[in-house]
Amino acid sequence: MERIQAYHGPPLRFMEFCGGHTHAIMRYGIRNLMSPNVELLSGPGCPVCVSATADLDRAIALAGVPGVILCTFGDMIRVPGSRASLQEAKARGADVRIVYSALDAVEIARKNPTRQVVMLGVGFETTAPTVAASVLQAAKEGLDNFFVLSLHKLTSPATRAVLDSGELRLDGIIGPGHVTTIIGENAWQFLPEEYGLPCAISGFEPLDILQAIARLVEMAANGQPAVHNVYARSVTAEGNQTALNMMYRVFQVEAADWRGLGVVPNSGLGFRDEYARFDAGRAFSLEVAAPLEHKGCRCGDVLRGAIVPTQCPLFAKTCNPTRPVGPCMVSAEGACAAYYQYWEQET
Amino acid sequence: MCLAVPTRIKRIDGDVAEIELDGVSRSVSLAMTPEAQPGDYVLVHAGFAISIIDEEEAAETLRLLHELEQARLGGV
Amino acid sequence: MTVEDRILLAHGSGGQTSRRLVSDLFLRYFDNEWLTKLDDAAVLPLPNDGGLGRLAFTTDSYVVQPLFFPGGDIGKLSVCGTVNDLAVMGACPLYLSAGFILEEGFPLADLERIVQSMAAAAREAGVHIVAGDTKVVGRGSVDGVFINTAGVGIAPARLSLSGSAARPGDAILLSGSIGDHGIAVMSQREGLRFSSSLESDCAPLNGLVAAMLDASHNIRCMRDPTRGGLATALNEIALASQVGIEIREDDIPVRGEVRGVCEMLGLDPLYVANEGKLIATVPEGEADIVLGAMHAHPYGREARCIGRVTADYPGRVILHTALGKKRVVNMLFCDQLPRIC
Repeated sequence: MERIQAYHGPPLRFMEFCGGHTHAIMRYGIRNLMSPNVELLSGPGCPVCVSATADLDRAIALAGVPGVILCTFGDMIRVPGSRASLQEAKARGADVRIVYSALDAVEIARKNPTRQVVMLGVGFETTAPTVAASVLQAAKEGLDNFFVLSLHKLTSPATRAVLDSGELRLDGIIGPGHVTTIIGENAWQFLPEEYGLPCAISGFEPLDILQAIARLVEMAANGQPAVHNVYARSVTAEGNQTALNMMYRVFQVEAADWRGLGVVPNSGLGFRDEYARFDAGRAFSLEVAAPLEHKGCRCGDVLRGAIVPTQCPLFAKTCNPTRPVGPCMVSAEGACAAYYQYWEQET
Repeated sequence: MCLAVPTRIKRIDGDVAEIELDGVSRSVSLAMTPEAQPGDYVLVHAGFAISIIDEEEAAETLRLLHELEQARLGGV
Repeated sequence: MTVEDRILLAHGSGGQTSRRLVSDLFLRYFDNEWLTKLDDAAVLPLPNDGGLGRLAFTTDSYVVQPLFFPGGDIGKLSVCGTVNDLAVMGACPLYLSAGFILEEGFPLADLERIVQSMAAAAREAGVHIVAGDTKVVGRGSVDGVFINTAGVGIAPARLSLSGSAARPGDAILLSGSIGDHGIAVMSQREGLRFSSSLESDCAPLNGLVAAMLDASHNIRCMRDPTRGGLATALNEIALASQVGIEIREDDIPVRGEVRGVCEMLGLDPLYVANEGKLIATVPEGEADIVLGAMHAHPYGREARCIGRVTADYPGRVILHTALGKKRVVNMLFCDQLPRIC
């Protein structure tokens, strides 16, 4: 902690990829513990926030298909699509159910053989294997009424996209601890090797984050970028191969549409042909009108780190947690929600 | 990101474990950590154990946490 | 972009969305000096009261799912909840009414369990259920049974407890651990399936309140933090009294099991419902004597002082975290939902 507080060198700017880190940093007042020469920016690591409006509209359209039970993690239910959220669709009669695990959706399919159960698959590499496992379970049970709408995305391609845009000057990355538990420390080697940037993989306790920042300050100051694992109690060099195998057995890498980044090649997960019968995207033909983006919503810029939430003209005025305009204010891990909840203590 | 909490495995039945955290028990899938054993600590996310927590590393973190706590109480 | 021509679940969660519905719709039409106070019960002057005091009157509807949960059921809840709303206004609860809306096909055996439970709770609270109503609606129109209870009691003339009475310097007392009820109920919900020894804390608190009022005549305000949790109740007081409230995380009792479930599901115990707890703001000098009275009562054994009322940050609740940082505790916006992110 002294190391971060005492830092008087040239200004350093680090990005925490992950929404959970943004939230923890705000909640624990970590900025107050750091030298003013160290700046933290929030990145596109909130899978809820980066889901494109068009994709959300597809999910809502699916929920409206007669006979469909749309299962979703609680995080997605209040996110506004073009015209409504899943919660509002539910209020209008759609059968939308919150599940804690994708396996719960499989159980709902098992118990409701005459209905079609669609699991809304949102999340990065921490969650995607769990949804893949649910598909494998459904296959094992021979269920023909279980589907997944995959909005799953991959973290490294997004990180590259942020760096390649050249929009920001960054001096290091705080790596997402739980994603890296799955993908392994080595997956971040491209940062020092191709971009000359240090990366510290961090857990979510304040101590973890402080240690990670301290390591980044050290590496940036020494000009010796490397990947440093500060979450060694959970993260290994290779990650969880079993989980990765499961994920790639069911899914394959495809382009994906990211709010804030646009279409990024090789950054999303779609179904392999072998499991295509579980793909809600293929099983249901939907007519979805073109997406409407709210004028003035700057979630995209926030997600790229181009602005901080307080710089969005809608922040705390027209956009707040009761009446969110964009997903960054709705999601528990959204940067705007984190700033809204905690920023008063900073000012 | 992605909420994952450390819990202890009480018992295992096939690929399902009963985990325990602060007196609360739940079943989770071991599909991603088939090598886990009763007594292991695992990180649980969305109903799955996603990794086995390294005890030594965990102990080290706890030690640092304790130091931090002592420093704080000492009026830092 | 969000369409607000329909009722959403958030309108019933006790947080900001609910408050807007009340202020924008109900208060617009039901405008009177007692309702606008938005206290837990209305304390009403009696014409020609002959020194009896004032009438306290409240109502609540109970729609909890599941109907039966560890530590209680919808029946016990419906009696205790209404008794407690009267008690925290300083009234001695006397009489309740009970209206039932039953689903066609609901098992009589379950109804009997519920009614038995209500009788037991009423006995413990020392109240009588003196009026009632029963309606039956078609299958699927309600989830088993909904219960409405209304309650009346007498508040002594000299007492004036109100959410708007808190003053800087007051101590904030909490009668025990938070989150027990909400988590006990949640653990029974389909899809969440936790097993623990956790039980709802559902209990009638009029005895505890009487003991506290005996110990001090200067208690300013009491509240039972039900839906929306401790955070919401404190925010309501801060807003009504236009004061700031500072509480310390370390001093708020939370059972290990509640913490465990909250961690797994990404919930904050500050916002989880309680049905057998109360908070009170008392002048600083009387905190100890009131705490003493609470500790002597079975429902107040774990009572603590959790913070202070302050003149700073009017209308806001500030939490001093275990790490020594300060954080604003906002009112709930809508029900907390289990999350994975």
